[in-house]
Amino acid sequence: MTVGLFIPCYVNQFYPQAAIATLQLLQKLGVEVVYPPRQTCCGQPMANSGFEHLTQDCNRLFLENFSEFDYIVAPSASCVLHVKQHLHAPTNPALAERTRSRVYELVEFLTDVLKVENLAARFPHKVGIHQSCHGLRGLYLAQMSELNASPFSKPVQLLNMVDGLELVDLDRPDECCGFGGTFCVAEEAVSVKMGKDRVTDHVKNGAEYITSVDLSCLMHLEGILHRNKSAIKAVHIAEILNATV
Amino acid sequence: MEKATKDHAALAEAFNQDEEHVNWHDGALWWIRQKRDIAAKNIPEWEQLRETASRIKSNVLSNLHDYLLEFEANLTKNGVTVHWAADAEEHNRIVYSILKAKEITQMIKSKSMLTEECHLNEYLIERGIDVINSDLGEYIQQLDNEPPSHIVLPCIHKRKEEIGEIFHEHLGTEKGVSDPTTLTRFARWHLRDAFISRRAALTGVNFAVAETGEYVVCTNEGNADMGAHLSDIQIASMGIEKIIPKKEHLGVFLRLLARSATGQPITIYSSHFKKPRPGQEMHLVLVDLGRSRQLGRPDFRDSLKCIKCGACMNTCPVYRKSGGLSYHNTISGPIGAILAPNLDMKRHADLPFASTLCGSCSNVCPVKINIHDQLYQWRQVIVQEGYAANTKVLGMKAMAWTLSSPGSYSTIGRAGRWVLNNIPFAVNNKFNPWYKQREMPDGPKESFGEWYAKNQGDNGSEKV
Repeated sequence: MTVGLFIPCYVNQFYPQAAIATLQLLQKLGVEVVYPPRQTCCGQPMANSGFEHLTQDCNRLFLENFSEFDYIVAPSASCVLHVKQHLHAPTNPALAERTRSRVYELVEFLTDVLKVENLAARFPHKVGIHQSCHGLRGLYLAQMSELNASPFSKPVQLLNMVDGLELVDLDRPDECCGFGGTFCVAEEAVSVKMGKDRVTDHVKNGAEYITSVDLSCLMHLEGILHRNKSAIKAVHIAEILNATV
Repeated sequence: MEKATKDHAALAEAFNQDEEHVNWHDGALWWIRQKRDIAAKNIPEWEQLRETASRIKSNVLSNLHDYLLEFEANLTKNGVTVHWAADAEEHNRIVYSILKAKEITQMIKSKSMLTEECHLNEYLIERGIDVINSDLGEYIQQLDNEPPSHIVLPCIHKRKEEIGEIFHEHLGTEKGVSDPTTLTRFARWHLRDAFISRRAALTGVNFAVAETGEYVVCTNEGNADMGAHLSDIQIASMGIEKIIPKKEHLGVFLRLLARSATGQPITIYSSHFKKPRPGQEMHLVLVDLGRSRQLGRPDFRDSLKCIKCGACMNTCPVYRKSGGLSYHNTISGPIGAILAPNLDMKRHADLPFASTLCGSCSNVCPVKINIHDQLYQWRQVIVQEGYAANTKVLGMKAMAWTLSSPGSYSTIGRAGRWVLNNIPFAVNNKFNPWYKQREMPDGPKESFGEWYAKNQGDNGSEKV
């Protein structure tokens, strides 16, 4: 099994440590991982702003980079969901369809494909999970509070394997943080208020770390934490699952 | 507010000037969302009910023409006069002509979002007809000369102290009185006069049953009944999408409506109106007002399934933290944002962008409208139709160019990180909306791509 490592553009530039953790974690689990160096962006920032028609080149490049792999794995639910829903190839729809079906967010790849049952990870801290909306309601990584349906959570399933880690319960376990792509600047006031309220929920419930499957949410929450000189840190779930303090 | 020139972002920013008020507003609506969750989870077949309701509505939308004619025939048989209105103007003209024919100058009206959409009150008042809204929340909004901010809870953005002030100013209650029971008693006393003296009553319609020609009006206050039963002329206004095929389908919709709206097992009054009592006249106005145009848009037709429960507003964090009036449209929140562009795309071009696409709305919706997918689709349509700002178009083109070329992307990425590390004030300034209340991410020395090239060889074989 060869996995193509899909590192979203902003993760590559701003959060290399999360990408490194993703790579090392997969390698530890015995997966052969290849990082195609010519990758850039899935096209989501344009598409969510109403410019999906400008993403054809991003789609073409994505297929060039990834269509040959057995699996494509990314440490980002949001970008994965975008690829799953919007990767198209007008001249080769079958190739696009096959590629869409092979894209996995890291957590679901670990629980559903590798069926990981234990991890040699240690992270002796109180951690709050920030549910990425695209991971939750798009990729169904956990049960959402809106539905009358059985609870489950793939991130919790993995975090429970981490030695010393204590999960904290939140008052609103799956409320949006307000990042929302260009929403975070176009609707600055509401975006920040939503982020502040998520941070407060974690603070109130004693979290030392906020983790998530999406760095876009974390970048926004971290920006608010840093501005307020908070001691709480934002950390991608890959970094926790790969931690061996 | 309908004439607002500011967009959602600007109105929401103004709403956020008073953070303590935002917290209170958010908390009040979240409390209702929690009540809804408890009610929904008390019914084992909840998800099946949603699916059933959604499918009944699909059937309605596919056979609307036939159901409307069936409904009209049954109404006529029952002795109700039926009117058809293509738009707001025609609707208002019909209502006015009914009143004028009987020389009626005062009317009482229970909650009807459709008549808000039509601006019926303004139309009638301009022609010398006095209208009182009898739903308490709408009554308060009318006194304060503001449209409703929420379709179920019209004055949810006002605290009891503000309502006390309004009552003091308009109804002469003692200054400083804000006890809800006292204020409600006062409003009831005022409204009772109107109920008894007004000869004409207008209600909205929650569900119109094609097979029987009856319609159902749901209120918690009984105000629709009070108005209708005491009137000589009873008028009902309904959008053409309110049809359901059979009476037995009410068992699905009434169970969903109140639980979704407020967490109640059933609305206090679900009143069935079918035929006029002796001496009374009943009229029903069927209004299109953009519905048939929306029905013709394949991506957006399901928005017409809406039963106006307001659950998408209560769950929407953007709604809770920006207030209904910031949507500058009669129907606010997520559902308003997918209905409004159909009516006036240019004017409402901002609304589909007033969302993070978190998807909570679609999953509380009792008729399973894919609201957040439609928000995404409206964004595409609005841009294609040329309603995006030019600066945004240029920005997006530049972004698409950068991100679709590996060379330019890594150059710009390196430059961006260099700027963050070396001249942070170039981005950390007041012209950068991110930086206003958030720090920028740290600029790491190297990107993952650069690290990978150094540390891991071709095909992932480790160098270090």
